[in-house]
Amino acid sequence: MNMWQALQDPNTQWVLMGCVLLGISSGILGCFAFLRGRSLMGDALAHAALPGVCLVYLLTGSKSIGLFLIGAGVAGLLATYCITAISRHTRIKEDTSLALTLSVFFGIGIVLLTHIQHSASGNQSGLDKFLFGQAASLVFADVVTIMVVAAVLIVVVALLFKEFTLLSFDPGFGRGLGFPMGFLDAVLMLMLLMAVVIGLQAVGVVLVAAMLITPAVTARYWTDELSKMVVLSGFFGAVSGVLGTLISTQQENLPTGPTIVLSATAFFLFSLLFSPRRGVLARMVRFLRMRRKILREDVMQALYEQLEEQLKSRPTSVYRGFGAAMLARKCGKRTAAVRHALRDLQKRGYVAERTRTDDETLWTFTSEGLPVAHRLVLNQRLWDLYHMNQNQFHHLEIDVNQEELAPQLSDEALSLMLAQLRAYDLTPQLADYQGFSHLLQQSNQGGLSL
Amino acid sequence: MSTTTKALPLQVRDLTVAYQKKPVLRSVHVEVPEGKLVGIIGPNGAGKSTFIKAVQGLIPVASGETQIYGKPYRQQRKLVGYVPQRESVDWDFPTDALDVVLMGRYGRLGWFRRPGKADRDFAMECLAKVGMADYANRQISQLSGGQQQRVFLARALAQEAQLYFMDEPFAGVDAATEKAIIQLLNELKQQKKTVLVVHHDLQTVEEYFDWAILLNRRVIAAGPTQEAFTSENLQKTYGGRLHIMGNQVLLTASPSAKEETDS
Repeated sequence: MNMWQALQDPNTQWVLMGCVLLGISSGILGCFAFLRGRSLMGDALAHAALPGVCLVYLLTGSKSIGLFLIGAGVAGLLATYCITAISRHTRIKEDTSLALTLSVFFGIGIVLLTHIQHSASGNQSGLDKFLFGQAASLVFADVVTIMVVAAVLIVVVALLFKEFTLLSFDPGFGRGLGFPMGFLDAVLMLMLLMAVVIGLQAVGVVLVAAMLITPAVTARYWTDELSKMVVLSGFFGAVSGVLGTLISTQQENLPTGPTIVLSATAFFLFSLLFSPRRGVLARMVRFLRMRRKILREDVMQALYEQLEEQLKSRPTSVYRGFGAAMLARKCGKRTAAVRHALRDLQKRGYVAERTRTDDETLWTFTSEGLPVAHRLVLNQRLWDLYHMNQNQFHHLEIDVNQEELAPQLSDEALSLMLAQLRAYDLTPQLADYQGFSHLLQQSNQGGLSL
Repeated sequence: MSTTTKALPLQVRDLTVAYQKKPVLRSVHVEVPEGKLVGIIGPNGAGKSTFIKAVQGLIPVASGETQIYGKPYRQQRKLVGYVPQRESVDWDFPTDALDVVLMGRYGRLGWFRRPGKADRDFAMECLAKVGMADYANRQISQLSGGQQQRVFLARALAQEAQLYFMDEPFAGVDAATEKAIIQLLNELKQQKKTVLVVHHDLQTVEEYFDWAILLNRRVIAAGPTQEAFTSENLQKTYGGRLHIMGNQVLLTASPSAKEETDS
């Protein structure tokens, strides 16, 4: 209710409008910063902006965003220069020079800020709001500046979309095509700086970088396409901007920066967990599913090979089926896991009990399970063969990432490989289940003699 | 005389490249004729990749001059295609194979313009040429190493260049990809295009390339493979290491080595 009333207020509407555009523009730019591996740059620029803003206030005594933009811009450029110069001319790596520069500039900024607040007019300056942001303190003129700058940023990204893509993906190739990558990098940097500066008052120096990176990272969880990612990131930025602003206006003295960051992070956490392809849960489910499948296949293979061996070496002995413990020994897994897999396979109708002794169940294939196992073992052995004799199969177009080999082969190549399997004595023996059907039925009298 | 009638695809004079004061390439002088497949061979750290980056102006050079078809590189960019090392980019980038190939068109599009339908069709054609048409919409991280290499190759084809530079295209690819690349290189040669390939497998040099540049911080030898790729020049290029390498090379290439000594 309260929030609804707040929304009716034209002043709040303006502020929200500003925050939406702020969120969109930093979300969009953040994508390129993130993909270019410049995630920390926004943070450095924001911290570096503080002394610039303070100096402008000390010099002019005015609090217009336009002037602050200039001050923050100059300080940001100086910081960027320091970062690149330190990493270029010394043996210090970029992350270290970034940390150095960021803290020094922020330190200077805090000293200046404290000085301003202790001076006569300083109390009313409201500059302390620049640390953690206060969207409610935006006045109409500020909102207009934010909107204009954000609009410019969005338009420039739209125009240079192709060039920025090249810059983030493969700058070396881009230079070869004749695009000035250094210049584009500088443009991107300058735009990041502008996004940071218009966010300073609303979000604050300390947390404005999160507006750049969090929506971009969140968007990456939902798409594999850059154009969609940019749109999504802008959307997440806008929504978290609005949510954060609304929450912070509800509470006396609650700064906006943290609430915006927390809303953005909520989206991020949700995506991290529940994104259908890259999310943690989806990956866990996929992993567990794959593990179960591999276990099932291994157990089937073990049962198949055990059966094969029995037919080969002791064709006349009584076939009673095989127990979980024995299969576990054969494929080197825990008995409990094998037992579990056998139950699973039973449910699928691939294996069935043949006999049951006092302490364990002995299993065999069903008439449905045997061909499946046969296909599995054949595929396994064909792959083994392929990898053993790879030189010989050079000329075949094989995608090793596919699960099955046989469908990828021509009849000719397949028959060659089958002949080789025979030569190695690796041909799976139980192809025709009709011939072995007596092995498949359940036997109540404790096994049939073969 | 001959240079006035038709300009060479690549002419490098006195090229020197230095990283941090230490010269990596010194006074490289090469002239490559048209329509050749050229292997650039040399030990690790000999400046092979540096060479092809420097002639394309991708890294600053200390001195020297490169001409592409008789004019400085800057004016001839559209005639040059480039396949960088596969490891040089992040393959988890949110894009698919077709979009990567489309990047090859960006140079022709120039600033601000987006690729249109004609570009897409052309990019598809290039993908088909490297046998990757079925993978056009596959996210690039889902491709195998060899497939990624083919996508890079297709991107270079999309540049419609006359002169190609390829940085270790055979590194870590499967046999099928190697075969596909070689087939493509020969097609390019038939179209009178010139291809310079950084190559590390001495065994296949004679089979793949009709020209060889032996490089070890300077040019040891450059010319038709039979003339340049001799055990004497290899000795000069690889120095002490050749005994190990050389055994292998001489073992497999002994018939041709004998022919050379006979003739």
